[in-house]
Amino acid sequence: MSTVVKAGPAHAAGPAHPLAHRRPLGDRGFALLALIAGLLVLVILVLIAVSTAQQSANWFSSVGLSGFFSATWNVSANKFGPMAFVYGTVISSIIALIISVPVSIGISLLLTEVLPRRVARPIVYVIDLLAVVPSVVWGLWGILILVPWLQKIYGDIASGVKGIPVLDSLFGGPNTSGASFFTAGIILAIMITPIITSLSREVIATVPSIDKEGAYALGATRWEMIRGAVWPHSQGGVVGAILIGLGRAMGETIAAALVIGDSPEVTSHLFYSGFSMPAAIALEFGEASGEFRSALIGIGLLLFVITLVVNLFARVIVERSARKMRGA
Amino acid sequence: MAGTAVNPGRQSVPDLREPAGWRRAKNQIMTGLMGLAFLIIVVPLVLVLYLVVQKGIGAISWQFLSGPIPPNVMPLGFNGSGMGPAVVGTLEITGFAALMAIPLGVLGAVYINEYGGRSMLSRVISFMADVMTGVPSVVMGLFIYTIWVLHFGYSGLAGSFALACLMLPIIIRSSFEMLRLVPDNLRQGSYALGATKSRVTLTVVLPAAVGGIVSGCLLAVARAAGETAPLLFTILTVESTNTNLFSGANTALSAQIFANATSPYVGAEARAWGAALTLIVIAFVLMIVARIITARFTRYSR
Amino acid sequence: MEQPQNEVTAKLTVPQTATGTRPGSQPRPQAGATVFDLDKVSVYYGAFRAVTEVSMNIHENEITAFIGPSGCGKTTVLRSLNRMNDLIPGARVEGKIRYRGAGLYDVQASPTAVRRRIGMVFQKANPFPKSIYDNIAYGPRINGIRSKSRLDEIVETSLRHAALWDEVKDRLGKSGLGLSGGQAQRLCIARTLAVEPDVVLMDEPCSALDPIATGRIEDLMQEIKSRYTIVIVTHNMQQATRVSDRTAFFSVLRNEQPGRSDTRTGVLVEYDRTVNIFDNPRDERTQAYVTGRMG
Repeated sequence: MSTVVKAGPAHAAGPAHPLAHRRPLGDRGFALLALIAGLLVLVILVLIAVSTAQQSANWFSSVGLSGFFSATWNVSANKFGPMAFVYGTVISSIIALIISVPVSIGISLLLTEVLPRRVARPIVYVIDLLAVVPSVVWGLWGILILVPWLQKIYGDIASGVKGIPVLDSLFGGPNTSGASFFTAGIILAIMITPIITSLSREVIATVPSIDKEGAYALGATRWEMIRGAVWPHSQGGVVGAILIGLGRAMGETIAAALVIGDSPEVTSHLFYSGFSMPAAIALEFGEASGEFRSALIGIGLLLFVITLVVNLFARVIVERSARKMRGA
Repeated sequence: MAGTAVNPGRQSVPDLREPAGWRRAKNQIMTGLMGLAFLIIVVPLVLVLYLVVQKGIGAISWQFLSGPIPPNVMPLGFNGSGMGPAVVGTLEITGFAALMAIPLGVLGAVYINEYGGRSMLSRVISFMADVMTGVPSVVMGLFIYTIWVLHFGYSGLAGSFALACLMLPIIIRSSFEMLRLVPDNLRQGSYALGATKSRVTLTVVLPAAVGGIVSGCLLAVARAAGETAPLLFTILTVESTNTNLFSGANTALSAQIFANATSPYVGAEARAWGAALTLIVIAFVLMIVARIITARFTRYSR
Repeated sequence: MEQPQNEVTAKLTVPQTATGTRPGSQPRPQAGATVFDLDKVSVYYGAFRAVTEVSMNIHENEITAFIGPSGCGKTTVLRSLNRMNDLIPGARVEGKIRYRGAGLYDVQASPTAVRRRIGMVFQKANPFPKSIYDNIAYGPRINGIRSKSRLDEIVETSLRHAALWDEVKDRLGKSGLGLSGGQAQRLCIARTLAVEPDVVLMDEPCSALDPIATGRIEDLMQEIKSRYTIVIVTHNMQQATRVSDRTAFFSVLRNEQPGRSDTRTGVLVEYDRTVNIFDNPRDERTQAYVTGRMG
C-alpha cells in the first residue's frame, strides 16, 4: 500500500513531513500496466465486433432483412442467405447436447458422490486427456474412420424406418450420408463433455456435506440423497455449465467442418449432409471474394453475437446460483 | 431376523435388512447408469488414441519431423520429405503467441485480483474474460484477418496474434484462480515491511502462485498448439519452412492435418496421421508437465 | 392405508391418525427396556482409535446425555448408533452394538434401514433448499408415501410435535432456508420425526442457538421423550442436568503411549443416572469435570 503524499501545514521553506513519500514511478507504472492488460479484454471484444461489422457491411446492406432470414445460399447467383448455416449449427449443437448432457452429469455425479477420492482422481485425468486432444484430430478421426462406418449404419436405419411417420423424416433416406448433422452432433458431444463435466463437478462439489448427511440421516439411499440434497443446490450451476457447453458446440469449427458435409440445406433428415456457420467460414473462405467474403465475415459476426449471448447468459446463471449457495 | 406380527407384551427384534424392492433397485440402476456414462465417453478416447498411434507411428521418423513437405501428389517419405515446416511453424507461431499472451494474461489477472478489488471495472473485466473464453476460434481468426491481414498480409505473426487472443482469457482465468488462493497474510506481512504494492505482487504474491500459474499457462499453450481455425485465416498454409515469423505465409501441424484430411491424394492420409500423432504428443507432453508442476510446485491449492 | 411395503418391522408402522400417537405399536414394555446395548465398542478412523471399549445400555423413553471434554469420542459414539460413520472412508467399528436385540453392524443390516429408525439432528441446522413442506415430506416420500392427504397430515403432525406449527403454518411453501436458527433447528427436528423413528440422536443441537431457542428445544425434548428414545451429545453441563435421565461421561484415555500426544482415544468413564453423576460421582475424573476443574 503506498503512502499518500501528505499535505502538511504550509511551511514556507521548512523540511517536508517526515512521513511524506512520493509513490515511486515504478509502482505506478506497474499498476498502469496491469490496468492496461485488464482493459485489453474489453478492447479486443469491442474490436472484434467493430471490425467484423465493418467488413461485412457490404453484405448486410445488400442482403437486407428478408435476405438475412433466407436459407438460399447460392454463390454463383450471388444469393447469400445464411439461415441454412444457422440451422445446421443449431441442430448439430442440440444433438450434441442431447448426447452429452446425460453423460456429463452422470460422470460428474459418479466422480463426486459415488467413487472414493483415490479412484476418482485417475478418472479425472482421463477426462482431461479427452479435453486435450486437438479438435482437428477429432475431425481427422471423424472423417476418416467415423464417417465411413456410420454411412452404412445410417443407410440401414433409414431403410428400417422407411414409411414410419415421424421417424422417417428424422432418420429416413434416401440421401443419408456419413457426413451429416448427426455425425457432427456425435463429434461435438465428445468434445464438449469434458467441459460440462468439469464445470458441473465444481458446482456439485460445493454442496455442503452437512446437507448430504441430513438426507442420509433420514434413511435415504444415495440416489435419494442426490435428488434431495445435491440437486437443488447445484441445478443452477449445472444449467450454466450446459449452456457453456452449448456455446462451445456452436463455435466448434474444424471437427464440425470435416464431418458435417457441405450442403447448405435445411432439412429435418438428421442423417443428411448439412453445414454449420463455423464450418462454412472455414471451408469457403479460401476462394471467396467480394460479397461472398463479406457474407462469410457477416456469418462470423453472427456467430460471435450468438455465442456471446449464450455465454453471457450461462455466466449469469452460474454466478446467480453460486451466490445463492454462499448466502445459504 | 424375522420380525412380523406384534405380540403384546413381547418385544420382537427389528428387521434391519435393506428396504428391498424399488428403492434399492432404483439406487443401483442409477449408479449403473453413471458407470455407463463413463464408459461411453472413454470409448471414443481410447479409439482415437489407438488409431492415431497405430496409423501415425509408421510415419514418424526424424525425416518426418524435419523433412520438407512434398507436393501433394507424392506419397509419404518421397525424397526425404516429411512435416518439417509444419513442426517449425507450430513451434514458432505458438511460441510467440505464448510470449504475448502469458505476460498480458498474468498481468490482467493481477489487475483483477490485486488492484481492481471489488470495483465495477474489475468485476466487468473478470466477467468479460470468462465470457471471452467462449468466443469461437474461427471468430478470432476472422478478427485478426480483418484487423491485420487485410493491411499487412499473411504471416506467422498474424497467426500468433490470433492464438494469443484465444489464450488470453484462459490464462487470465486460471492465473486469477491461483492468485486468489494466496493467503492474504502473506501480503500483509510484506506491506508491513514497507513494500509498495508492485513489489508485494512481484516478490511475494506471484512467486507464491507461480506453480499454479505456470501449469495453467502450459495447458493454454497445449490448447493453442492444436488450434486450426485461427490459422486458416492468418497464415495462408504453405508448404515451405518459414522461419521469419513476421513476413510471408507459414504453416503449422494443425493446418497441415486439416489440409491433408480433405486431400484426395495418396499419401495425404499417412501424412495427416503422422502429423496428428506429433501434435497429440506435443499436447500430452505439455499437459503432463503441467500436472507435474501442479503436484510438486503448487503451494496453495483448493 | 398406505404402509411402506418394504418395511417388515416389528413395532413401527405408519400411524393412522393425525394425533401423532402410534396405535399400531404395542403397549409400552416395562420402563427401562434396553434400546441400545453397546458391548466393548471401539471406533477406528483408519489406524487411529477414536474411542475404546465403550460398554453401556441405553434405555427406552429416556433422555441419555453424553458429556465430556472435546475430542473424547462423544460424537463418534453417537454417530455409530445410526451408522453415520459409514460415510467416512476408513471408519470401522469393533465390538458389538445391538439395537433392540438386532446387531446394528451385521452383514445383512442395511444403513438406510437403520437410519430410518434412528434419526439424527445435527449441530448446525441443515434444512434442504426446498420449501418447509417439502423438507418435512422428504422422508415420508422416499419411504413411498405419495398421497397428498397423508403427507399433509404428517407435515402438520411433525411440525406440531416440534412446536413449530403455529409459527409456520401459513408459509409452508416458503423456503426452509429463510427460518431463524432456532426455527430451522426445530424444522430439522420435525423432519426427523416425520419418518416416525424409534430413536432420535442429537449432536449438540443447541450449541448454535441463543438461550431462548435452546430453552424451547429442551422443552420439546421433554415433551417427546414419552414417544421416543433420545440420546444427546452436549457440551453444556447445565443442559444435561436439566433434560437428561442418564448421563455418560467420556474422557480421554490416560496416557497410553507417552510421546504420542496427537492421538487422543476416548473412553467411557462413568455412566449412571444423571443425579448420581452430578451429585455423587464415583470416578475422580467425573468429579473433576462436573465441578468445573477440567475440560
